[in-house]
Amino acid sequence: MNEPCALLELCDINLVRGGRHLLQQVDLKLGRGEILTVIGPNGAGKTTLLRVGLGLLPPTSGRVYRHPGVTIGYMPQRLHIDPTFPLTVKRFLAMADVKRSGKVLPMLEEVGAAHVLQSPLFSISGGELQRVLLARALMREPDLLVLDEPVQGVDVHGQLDLYKLITRIRNERGCAVLMVSHDLHLVMAATDRVLCLNRHICCSGTPEIVTNHPAYLELFGPLAVQHLAVYSHNVNHRHDTHSDRSGGADVG
Amino acid sequence: MLDDFLLRALLGGLGVALVAGPFGSFVVWRRLAYFGDTLAHSALLGIALGFLLHLNLTLGIIVVCQLLAILLFFGQRQRQLASDTLLGIFSHGALSLGLVALAFMEHIRVDLTAYLFGDILSIGLADLGWIFGGGGLALAGLLWLWKPLLAITIHEDLARVDGVPVDRINWAFLGLIALTVAVMMKVVGLLLVTSLLIIPAATARRFAGNPEVMALLASLIGCFAVAVGLYGSFTWDTPAGPSIVVAACGLFLLSLLLPKRLIPGSF
Repeated sequence: MNEPCALLELCDINLVRGGRHLLQQVDLKLGRGEILTVIGPNGAGKTTLLRVGLGLLPPTSGRVYRHPGVTIGYMPQRLHIDPTFPLTVKRFLAMADVKRSGKVLPMLEEVGAAHVLQSPLFSISGGELQRVLLARALMREPDLLVLDEPVQGVDVHGQLDLYKLITRIRNERGCAVLMVSHDLHLVMAATDRVLCLNRHICCSGTPEIVTNHPAYLELFGPLAVQHLAVYSHNVNHRHDTHSDRSGGADVG
Repeated sequence: MLDDFLLRALLGGLGVALVAGPFGSFVVWRRLAYFGDTLAHSALLGIALGFLLHLNLTLGIIVVCQLLAILLFFGQRQRQLASDTLLGIFSHGALSLGLVALAFMEHIRVDLTAYLFGDILSIGLADLGWIFGGGGLALAGLLWLWKPLLAITIHEDLARVDGVPVDRINWAFLGLIALTVAVMMKVVGLLLVTSLLIIPAATARRFAGNPEVMALLASLIGCFAVAVGLYGSFTWDTPAGPSIVVAACGLFLLSLLLPKRLIPGSF
């Protein structure tokens, strides 16, 4: 993963709103094919950081660098479609990129949601919506996927599936992934690096480094300890997935 | 027999209903009903301005609606007041200010009812020109912005990340809707403008499987309501603007009676 040229780089980002420091001296660097997960408690500024990285929110100070010509697939945290808006999943995806509208069905199949193709967007379940949003993000064949809480509203089993799917997408497409999660347990097996945020960066590095870091243990307390058990449990059970992933990473 | 004034009324009403369909659909999708009301309520101020500056009254209304749209655009960027509170202030403030301003013009006696509920039977050729010229312009603009507007309606940030110039499109949309509201004034009056925007669109929703069909159906349903309303008004000597709205409401209720499974391609 020694990519010399970053796809996305944030340097010394500060964001002040209404006298409150929402982000303080945050640095972030993401190379091609890399999965970086931002974790942190509620109100830690995770989504804010994503929005700064996407250029949706100008920072008070600091530098945002996006590699020229980089295509971004964004998956927002929520999508509220008014029931009066007659929009099928098919149309929703086709609108993302008219030139690739023939890819709608294959894309839905890839995320395992082909059965909702003709359904109205407002009527599908939370888990299906997450998959459809992921398919939407993939429609433009992005170099960088930005996912804001991609597994929110999904049951534990579905969460595991979604994380596996995200890892597979990275392995097959070689796109970088920047995601936000407030889940500590499952995401660790699906990410290369973790950035632990609480308005400033508490610690960052590989999951192994972060989960043993005093700042992490302090921030999440008992949750973190509980997590350690789950994590090692996961590693044992996901051994195949794991070796699969490193194989894919070499290629990408 | 069809009299000339009745023919002009019908033409004006149909023109307005055609424009109102697609705009009304966006008003429904984006929950802008109250916003449309606020724009319409400012029309009296436009009429006062028209009298004051010896402008064409429709032009006065257009100018004031545009100015209010700009004010609202900035107003909604602040986070101190909820947007419905802000709209309430602007809406009733503008309406009252318009009434007070007209009262100050002692040499002018206006028929307030005509402005509040429309005066479709007095539509002249110049009015038809405004309706078809202004309305046609608004409709052409909306078609031009159609795709990016749909994208923004779904999710603003998603559209932004995809490279849609969201702020510019929203600006243009507000300008177009202000123009539409101004043009509709003559037919249904400032108190009923929003109803002709949202009722046909809400009726069309049950029969539509995609946004384009809904917009088109809303136009047709609006046209039908205009025709029925005018006929009723002529037959029973009832006020035309309200009769049109009553007809639209009747169509809406009728559409609810139709079982969903009998409507192909809708959801």
